[in-house]
This record gives sequence, C-alpha cells and structure tokens, in this order.
Amino acid sequence: MSAVVHEGDRIAAATATRRRRRSGALTHAILLLGVLAVVFPIWIAVVGSTHDASTIGRGDVPLLPGAEAVENYATALTGGAGRFRSSPAALMLWNSAAMAVLIACGKISISLLSAYAVAFFSFPGRMLAFWTIFLTLMLPVEVRIIPTYQVIVDLDLFDSMAGLTVPLMASATATLLFRQFFLTVPDEVVEAAKIDGAGPLRFFRDILLPLSVTNIAALFVILFIYGWNQYLWPLLVVNDRSLETVVVGLTRMIGNGDAQNEWNVIMATAVLALLPPVAVVVVMQRWFVRGLTETEK
Amino acid sequence: MQRRVIFNGTALPLLLLAPQLAVTAVFFLWPAGVAVYQSVLQQDAWGLRTEFVGLRNFAEVFADPDWRAAAWNTALFSAAVAGLAMGAALVLAVQADKSIRGARAYRTLLIWPYAVAPAVAAVLWLFLFHPSIGLIGRALNANGIPWDTRLNGGQAMALVVLAAAWKQVSYNFIFFLAGLQAIPKSVLEAAAIDGARPVRRFWTVVFPLLSPTTFFLLVVNLVYAFFDTFGTIHALTGGGPGKATETLIYKAYVEGVQNTNLGSSAAQSVILMVIVVALTMVQFRFVERRVHY
Repeated sequence: MSAVVHEGDRIAAATATRRRRRSGALTHAILLLGVLAVVFPIWIAVVGSTHDASTIGRGDVPLLPGAEAVENYATALTGGAGRFRSSPAALMLWNSAAMAVLIACGKISISLLSAYAVAFFSFPGRMLAFWTIFLTLMLPVEVRIIPTYQVIVDLDLFDSMAGLTVPLMASATATLLFRQFFLTVPDEVVEAAKIDGAGPLRFFRDILLPLSVTNIAALFVILFIYGWNQYLWPLLVVNDRSLETVVVGLTRMIGNGDAQNEWNVIMATAVLALLPPVAVVVVMQRWFVRGLTETEK
Repeated sequence: MQRRVIFNGTALPLLLLAPQLAVTAVFFLWPAGVAVYQSVLQQDAWGLRTEFVGLRNFAEVFADPDWRAAAWNTALFSAAVAGLAMGAALVLAVQADKSIRGARAYRTLLIWPYAVAPAVAAVLWLFLFHPSIGLIGRALNANGIPWDTRLNGGQAMALVVLAAAWKQVSYNFIFFLAGLQAIPKSVLEAAAIDGARPVRRFWTVVFPLLSPTTFFLLVVNLVYAFFDTFGTIHALTGGGPGKATETLIYKAYVEGVQNTNLGSSAAQSVILMVIVVALTMVQFRFVERRVHY
C-alpha cells in the first residue's frame, strides 16, 4: 500500500518537474528569440563592415565576419566614403561627442540652478517661472522647425557649435526631477546649514550638490544618449562639413541607397556611430535604468 | 508644494533661473509665437506683401488631400509602432520576470538598443532589407516575393514601422519589467491558490495591475512615433515612394525647408503643437493620479 502511494507521489513530482522544465524551456526560447531579433541587425552590420565592397555589392552578405575589418574601419575613420564623400568618421565622432557632452552638461547645470531657485526660494513670479519651464515640454523642435531656424540665423549661430547645442539645453524634465529631489531634502539639513552660517550659494555647493551626485550621474547617461542621437536639429543648423555629426553624416553617405555604395565602409561608420551610446548604456546600466525610470515619473 | 525652511531674496533666485528662462524664451517661446503669428498670414507669390488671412491657412491645410494622406499615414504608423513595440516588450518582460537562469544577461541584452539613434537603426534595417544587397531583401526576392521598398509603398511603410518599433522595444521592456516587479508576490500566490492557470492569471490579475504602466507607455510611444521617428523616415525612405511614408512632421519639414511655404508650414506646426499639448496633458493628468493613489 505505502509503496503504491510512494509511486503515485513520485509520478506526480516527476510530472510537475517536467512541466516546470518545459515552461522553462519555452521561457528561454522566447527570450532567445527576442535577443536574436534585437542583435541580428547589428550583427549583420558588424559582418558587413568586415568584407570588401564587391562582396556586398554582389549581394552575398555572409553571416560571418571577413578579413577586411582593419582596412574598412581605417577608411571610415580617416577618409569617409560614399559617392557624396562624407567627412572622416573620426571628425564626425568628435563632433558628436562634443555636442552630446555639451548638451548633457548644459542641461544638467541649467536645470540644477533653476530647480534650486524654484525649490528653495520664495519670490514673486516663482510659479510663473516654473510653468514657463514646464511649457518647453510641449514644444519639441519638430513642431516649430522654421521659426527656430530663423532665430538661429538672426543670432548668427548657423554653422556653429553654440547653435547646435544651446537651443537644446532648456530641459523641463531635468528641472522637474531635481526639484522633486530637492523637496525631499530634510528641513533639518537646511536649518543646520543656516545655523552654521552657510549662505544659499554655499549650501548649494557644499551640501546640495554632493547629495545630488547619483541623480546627476543617472541623468547624464540619458542626456548623453539624447544629445548623441539628435538628428533633425543638426540637419537644420549645420551645413559646414567640418561640424557634421556622425548620425547625420552616416545617412548622407547612403544617398539614394544605391547598391553601388561602399556599403562596407558605411556599415563600419554605422557601427562606430552606435558604439559610444551603447557602451554608455552597457557600462552604466544601473544609472541608465534609474535615470530612465526617474525622469519619467 | 513648497518647502518650509527657505532662503530669502529675490535677485539671487531670478539670477539662478536666468539661463534656463533665457534659452526657453529665445528658442522655444519666441519661435512658437512666431509660428502662431505666421499661421494667420499669407504671403503673395513674390514674398513682397503679407496679409492677414485669419484661419484660411488652416482651412487650406485641412482641405489638402496630401495633408490628409499624411495624417492617415501618421495614425497608421503610430498605431503600428506602438502596438508592435509594446506587444513584443510585454511578452519579453513577462518571460524575463520569471526566476530563470541568466535572467540578468537577458535583461542586459534586451536593454541596449535604446541607445541606437533612430536614423542609425534605419540604416541597419535598410542594409538588411535592401532589395539587391540586403540579406533578407534578397532572400525575399529569390523566393518569389517581389520586394522593393523604393517602389512599393506598403513595403516601405512596413520597413519604417519595423525599424522604428525595433528601437523602442527596449524602452517598453524596462518599464514593463519594473511594473511587473512591483506587483506583490502575495497577490500572485493568492491567485495561484485559487487555482487560476498561468494564462488566466496573467489576463485577470497581472495585466489589470499593469494598466497604469501600459497607459503611460502608450502615450510615450505615440509621442515617440509622432516626433522622434523623423530620422528613421528621413534616412530610410525620404517619405517615399511617392508620399507613402510621409508623416505630419515630415510634411511640415518638407513644406518649410524645401518648398518654403511659410503660412502653410506655420499652420501645420500649430496643429502639431495642439497634438503635443493634448498628449502631454493626458500624460500628466494620469501621472498625478498615479501619485495620489
């Protein structure tokens, strides 16, 4: 009798294990499929960047890397390619990096200052200032293309790094984030600083800034990517090839998407264009997820 | 909301606000105002005289069959991108939320396309689906499916949707996963004890609890599809073939930059502003509610 019960238990347990294992296999299969769909276009780009132009031009894109990697990347970095002869990628990468860092730092500094003013001071026009900043959320470049372009021309900022970066530095999301964080700083901290004789600027520099480091780091990751990936704005305000950013330059290399393009060098440039922001996300994953979920709260 | 302990002074806070307000005024408010102003004016063919025409520019935009086609394209495109990117992300997030081996690795691998620029994503997908050199494009043609995004508008739209949605999956994945992890385990255990099978458990317990996240992502995805995919379309199809992939933003750009039709472009900008304002208001009303609960 007891042997039979045992046997039944064993079978039940085995069935449960099998079911769990089968659902586990399904989970892995779905996730692997997702990863494949995510990675495949990039893998093919990497492969494309390691073969010679004629292999790709014939339409025989292989699935494994070839031997021309060094040559292709060297051509991309120093010479540029495509019948439209883009700028060398090294220059474009530098422009993109400068633009991304300037936008990120600019947004963070401007927003820190204004969030501090709105959260820690009481003065006439405080709410008006707050709502004015909030309004910028509702006016992305895309909906006011021509008038903004006009302003850039009038201010003589066309074809300049300032024209490329300064107009993108206003940030409602960063200001809202810092303000929200500042509101959580305990009153005791402010009182203690005041009793110790710290003025508003000193309090900001010695107490508030060190407390905000985590938020600043998280925001920097998001804003660096935002800056690096700008497209419409550089397309509008930069004509000078020496200021071309890599994202815009890459699409210029394609022209009409002819099969005769030097696709191997184009793909090398594409890989170079996506590497820096992807590296930032992978290396700073913790900050990145935090920054993303915090700014959207 | 206001802190109890605050500093005194008016000059210092205004000085601190000055940079932000200056950039906002010069590059946001002024251009937006100019757009509204220009939208009620019309220039004659030589650009010599400008006259006030009231809402005629708007009437002309709404009556323009090209604009209507672009509006329809935008609706179709946005719905497809949001649906595809959110659906795929939800499936992946539900799987990644389970306690399985390698969960962290999967997460990392699924997150990073967020960092790829929309225009670069477009180049990657063009390289895959190019009719004569693309791996998939050539395979389709070789197997009797005529594939050419430069001739077939429907295929061009499908490719633009794919390239735009591909990039957005990781964003939605991060938020769905965070939403799933915030659901108390006790709720799920209670449902399991009540005998609900996993699929039923998902639709009757998990999905309703995820609805705030879903709604938030819907708004974000629509905004993304509306405004951030300009680069995707510009790099991939240039609005073509014909005007098959021309969205409202793309049309406003073409109208203003290439055709320099100021009145019409301004009217289109104002219409787009109304759309953003509406979407942002919906988003913030909802966020406020979520904070209160």
